[in-house]
Amino acid sequence: MDSILTVKNLHLEVPNKVLFDDLSFTIPAHQLTCITGENGAGKTTLMKYLLNSLKRPSSHVQINLTPQEIQYVPQLRNIDDDYPLDIKSFVSLGFKQTLIPWLTKTHRQQLQEILAETNLTKIKQQPLGKASGGEKQRAYLAQALCAAPKLLILDEVTANLDQKSKHELLQLLKELIPKRNLTVIFISHDHELIEKYADYELQLANKHGKLIQKEAK
Amino acid sequence: MFAYDFMRYAFIAGIFIALIASFMGVFVVARSTSFFTHTLSEIGFSGAAFGVYAGFQPLTGMLLFTFASALFIGLSGEKIGRREASISVFSGIFLGLGILFLSLSDKQANYATSILFGSIVGIDQNNLYTLVGLSLILLILCFTLFRKLAYNSFDTQGSEFNQQHNKLISIIFLVMLALTVSITAQIIGALLIFVLLTIPASAAKYFGHSLAKMIGLTFIFVLVGIWLGLYLSYLTDWPVSFFITAIEASIYGLALAKNKIFNQYH
Repeated sequence: MDSILTVKNLHLEVPNKVLFDDLSFTIPAHQLTCITGENGAGKTTLMKYLLNSLKRPSSHVQINLTPQEIQYVPQLRNIDDDYPLDIKSFVSLGFKQTLIPWLTKTHRQQLQEILAETNLTKIKQQPLGKASGGEKQRAYLAQALCAAPKLLILDEVTANLDQKSKHELLQLLKELIPKRNLTVIFISHDHELIEKYADYELQLANKHGKLIQKEAK
Repeated sequence: MFAYDFMRYAFIAGIFIALIASFMGVFVVARSTSFFTHTLSEIGFSGAAFGVYAGFQPLTGMLLFTFASALFIGLSGEKIGRREASISVFSGIFLGLGILFLSLSDKQANYATSILFGSIVGIDQNNLYTLVGLSLILLILCFTLFRKLAYNSFDTQGSEFNQQHNKLISIIFLVMLALTVSITAQIIGALLIFVLLTIPASAAKYFGHSLAKMIGLTFIFVLVGIWLGLYLSYLTDWPVSFFITAIEASIYGLALAKNKIFNQYH
């Protein structure tokens, strides 16, 4: 099994609470791994710790990626009805590394491909504030793809979606994994989605974690 | 009208103010830090008053006070600058300090009016050179950091996780805002710069949905306001500030009306 990330003997605590004690696991590369656990088990804290370990290397985390190669899609974003940018402009915020204000020809081409892959081409001129929940999540995903990530971490992104949009988003992710050579970590509570789409499940409970391979689907 | 030097300077100054206000205004509105901008202009006022009291250039005092506050807010987290209570406290204290410094110095009261309301028709060639020089520094910063500032302003949560040195970018933005307030307050007044940094960009977001369109429209709205305001003031002898504020407010009113009508038919 090819792995993209290995955690060894990690002890993690927040004030007044030990979240993990001697936590060890690996995340398989080019697969969709769901991270599950009760509320307050420390899923998001663990992800933030992993992201921070890129800046401040930790002896407990083995990860050979640059910050650009990991993109995190947070659970909450304050995009209200009044949000001014259209979907295309919002997605292109993901090209943040260049020193010139406008997009180069290569970037514009990549943007078009990403919009097409995430089914946003038809609505790219629409203001993001007026888009549906599913469309917004696809736009967040598309923005993350602009950085050409190798590892994508999605934090409970289906929490506020209806049944149809949830399945659309997960199907889209499954298509993108081979196409873009991605590894996806998907934090979720949703058993139906996990059973249907996950290749692996990392269960976090009792301060430990257990990686389970799901049956081939 | 252009036979007068001060009128020509004022029209040229208008172009540069519109350039800065369009870039900075769009970011200010996206970050919803309009009221911090207001506080910053009051802090600028008290800095200028301090300069007068301590015997150095008002501009230096302004830069000193606004930079210090921008760094303070930037380091302690921008959320503080959005909290209503802390805005009231800061506004109050700095307005009070401004008045104190002015009364301690022996300048007349009309000096306060000129810092608060500015006098775009009162600028000379040196003021214009300072404005152009500082504007160029600001515009070069805007240009090179544009994509990072845009990500940081338009997607606070996303950039917090996915942009390197994101906190530093926030601090640089606040320092740039402090510089904007200080350079423009000299010319159009501490109170009016708040109008130009917030109203035109707020109106532009109802007409354009890409960064380029929003910045372009904001530039036009600010420039129309300043130039038309100057012209009307020249005709009537009423204060320029009044006309500029009234024009910007009308543009915003039109934007709201357009948005309402558009929403009803779509």
